[in-house]
Amino acid sequence: MAQISIKVDGVEYADAVEPRTLLVHYLRDQVGKTGTVVGCDTSNCGSCTVHLDGTSVKSCTVLAVQADGHEVTTIEGLAKDGELHPMQQAFHENHALQCGFCTPGMVMQSIDLLRDNPSPTEEEVRHGLEGNLCRCTGYQNIVKAVLAAAESAPVRIGTAGGTL
Amino acid sequence: MTVTEERPVTEVGSPRRRKEDGRLVTGRTRWTDNISLPGMLHLAMVRSPMAHATITSIDVEAAKSSPGVVAVFTGADLGDEQGSLPCAWPITADQKAPPHPSIAVDTVNFAGEIVACIVARSAVAAKDAVELVDLEYDELPVVVEMAAAAEGGNLTHPDLGTNVSATWVFDSAEAGTGGNVEDAIRDAEVLVERTFRQQRLIPAFMEPRSVVCDPTGEQTTLWSATQIPHILKLMLALTCGISESKLRVIAPDVGGGFGGKLQVTPEEVITLVVSRRLGKPCKYTETRSESLLAGHHGRDQIQTLTLSATRDGIVTGLKVDLLADMGAYLGLVTPGVPILGAFMYNAIYKFPAYRFECRNIFTNKNWTDAYRGAGRPEATFAIERLMDELAVEIGVDPLEIRERNWIKHEEFPFSTVAGLEYDTGNYEAATARAKELFGYDALRAEQRERRESGDPVQLGIGVSTFTEMCGLAPSRVLGALSYGAGGWEHASIRMLPSGKVEVITGSSGHGQGHETAWSQIVADRLGVAFDDVEVLHGDTQISARGLDTYGSRSLTVGGMAVVAAADKVIEKARPIAAHLLEANADDLEFTGGKFNVRGTDSSIGIGDLALAVFAAHNMPDGVEPSLDAEATFDPENFSFPHGTHLCAVEVDTETGETKIRSYVCVDDIGKVVNPLIVEGQVHGGLVQGIAQALWEEAVYDDSGTLVTGSFVDYLVPSAADLPHFTTDRTESPSSTNALGVKGVGEAGTIASTPAVVNAVVDALRHLGVRDIEMPCSPHRVWSALQHLDGDGSSSGADTPTEKTYVADDADPSHNAQLSGEDAGRAAADHGGLG
Ligand code: FES
Ligand code: FES
Repeated sequence: MAQISIKVDGVEYADAVEPRTLLVHYLRDQVGKTGTVVGCDTSNCGSCTVHLDGTSVKSCTVLAVQADGHEVTTIEGLAKDGELHPMQQAFHENHALQCGFCTPGMVMQSIDLLRDNPSPTEEEVRHGLEGNLCRCTGYQNIVKAVLAAAESAPVRIGTAGGTL
Repeated sequence: MTVTEERPVTEVGSPRRRKEDGRLVTGRTRWTDNISLPGMLHLAMVRSPMAHATITSIDVEAAKSSPGVVAVFTGADLGDEQGSLPCAWPITADQKAPPHPSIAVDTVNFAGEIVACIVARSAVAAKDAVELVDLEYDELPVVVEMAAAAEGGNLTHPDLGTNVSATWVFDSAEAGTGGNVEDAIRDAEVLVERTFRQQRLIPAFMEPRSVVCDPTGEQTTLWSATQIPHILKLMLALTCGISESKLRVIAPDVGGGFGGKLQVTPEEVITLVVSRRLGKPCKYTETRSESLLAGHHGRDQIQTLTLSATRDGIVTGLKVDLLADMGAYLGLVTPGVPILGAFMYNAIYKFPAYRFECRNIFTNKNWTDAYRGAGRPEATFAIERLMDELAVEIGVDPLEIRERNWIKHEEFPFSTVAGLEYDTGNYEAATARAKELFGYDALRAEQRERRESGDPVQLGIGVSTFTEMCGLAPSRVLGALSYGAGGWEHASIRMLPSGKVEVITGSSGHGQGHETAWSQIVADRLGVAFDDVEVLHGDTQISARGLDTYGSRSLTVGGMAVVAAADKVIEKARPIAAHLLEANADDLEFTGGKFNVRGTDSSIGIGDLALAVFAAHNMPDGVEPSLDAEATFDPENFSFPHGTHLCAVEVDTETGETKIRSYVCVDDIGKVVNPLIVEGQVHGGLVQGIAQALWEEAVYDDSGTLVTGSFVDYLVPSAADLPHFTTDRTESPSSTNALGVKGVGEAGTIASTPAVVNAVVDALRHLGVRDIEMPCSPHRVWSALQHLDGDGSSSGADTPTEKTYVADDADPSHNAQLSGEDAGRAAADHGGLG
């Protein structure tokens, strides 16, 4: 077992983990952050996307021990005082989700996308979301939501710092 | 009362943002895999790498002593308790079906079949022990190709003596719905014969399947990522010999299904049986690889088609010979999937004669079953491809050939050659609108220019004027088709004393937006606020009766049950309102959530009535103190949405790459409850159909191993692969339900595949390409261009064959598409015509 300390959605955790434990499993099973989900075993789907120190990562490709001393934001850490994050709001407004399974990953990736490129074209949004699969929406409303979020206001990212 | 007065004039028709979103965008979700119970054990499955073999020995000792492992079960260990997985649709009285144990006992019949189950204290410990189970097999001959299997040779199930499970026929001459197709073919002026292959697909819902079973207490509770909690409850009870009343099934948040979660799975049975054996809660969650390998597959048919027509392009008959690959077993509705297509080959057209014959074939592959559209996409693809081929033969525009054959809007209701009655539709209107949005004429002009200039990037235009039957289904029709259950749906409404309303539905949503749409319907019907309606579903203890969600049935069947229950609430409230208002019940009118005494300003709101009934201090004599009502709705007919889809594809003739340049669809789904949700359904549906046309295919090698067993090889498209869609609607309200609605869940998937393939073929037809087998990958397109043979026909793959006979060709042997043998037959049959 390895000892790690990680800040998740603003709260410090100190835990013992098996060295082989993936960050996504640590988040779900030990911290109880079940909002972050697992959709594949080949790092293709992006369902597990979180922010590690403010940048999106597929949490199934990171070991929990690699996140030791770092800060993780999940979908559950975005809304503040009952107010949805602008990206969550944009997904809701634009009907960018159906079953919602891909949504946590999509939202986290979309925030990162706008952090890199605050005014993307439709094409850039489509390419920026290439690593996240959705089987329900056909992507059109997801793309629309991201473009709407880019239009509406500078998107703040959760606890992990910085404003666009 | 809390009942709010402010609301849109009507909720139905307004683009309400979804109620479901709040929890889903914040991660406050209840996926089955999130559930964790005290002392819960975890299951991992040992799966056969062999496609067909006898199990000669299983040694589980090493696995049993692996750290954290509690038990290991083999098929023999589960014995009779595991029963045989159910098939609810015996399409013929003599249908052949092998026993289907959840854990294989003596033989394995496809690669991925479960041969043992590990139970451990953690998921990781269970997975670690999978490798330690030592199995020995004696290999048996593997049957992979359905066409070969249909002809005999090696048998998938030697005990059955044949690879043919059943043969099912519909003949319009026998049914009295049309003429004899053989006569039509004999008398044909033009014959188009084609063979198309519907490749095997994988539903690939994003949430992997998961099941948790808690056997503690009197009742066993099972959570599953399923589309069908009600059917599952009944089937598990019957399969495992458990009293139905001792079982509670819950479908919590479910992450997509598309037919893929319309199943009673081995994993559900095993989790149930094992947790009851051990007396402990157990969980099984599949990996994506397991999901692709062993979650049921879809499509996989070979269609041999003969279309007869006059020289003017009027179709005189259609004959369909189908081979449908069942895989190794019959799942819940496996044999019925091709039958659902049987009624749709004539599509929107007035064909005078039709014959459909289907042979269901066993092979050593994962079993197939429902996948979005189930039978209808295959039929629609076939006929829409054929109509394009006929247009080429006749030398007219593909839209023109359709118009010459389709049912005109003034001809509805229309009885079809397949025996259905289409209630309403307007193909002219949808097509006109689609052409306009698409810029049809300008794109045709550009296509001509590119052809003339020999542009390496050619432009193709694809047409699909689809219809489908959905809203499954009138129970008596299902009975006539030997399906094992009815097609009704149930709803109940509870009027709470605070003025809130609980709607309990037998539909089981998994992304469709039931909570929002049902709230809109009830808000209008009862005159209450959208936010005051709570929709409950997916738990057999709350929603006791239901037939769940599939076949685009929720709104046209389940929504109508909600309407019927709401109407009963109003009728129950009426005498109570009359009593309290001291008026005659006949003098009351119910509008805007209130009973008014006609001609006065005396009124009482439905919420106040609910409170009065709760107190029950002042009830009329002999009236029960309850406004609650329930209703079961059995539809009188299917629902027949239709639409015109137009697709422009650019094909790079040097690389074989295809790019969708524009996609326009105008769908007619009757009245719309929530246009936002409808549009979302259309987008998602389109992409699944486009993915069949261009990317997705479940491939098995000769040894029966699934080659496309991960998202690296099974190509679910991303946002970057897809264009922006232009969608619009025309509206021909259904005349068979009070809401005037039609189903929309499968429409996009059914329509889009032929639109795309027609476009790809259209781009290359002038170069000699006559067909491309799906998926039209760059490799297939490129190969089709490289292997143009002498007769100028090529498809890029093996399966398709094509023959065309045009009677005014004086000597049929001059017709390049006719093979020698067929030329002889055609010459004999058509001797008098040249
Ligand atoms: S779970 Fe699929 S990419 Fe992480
Ligand atoms: S909303 Fe269902 S997978 Fe994206």
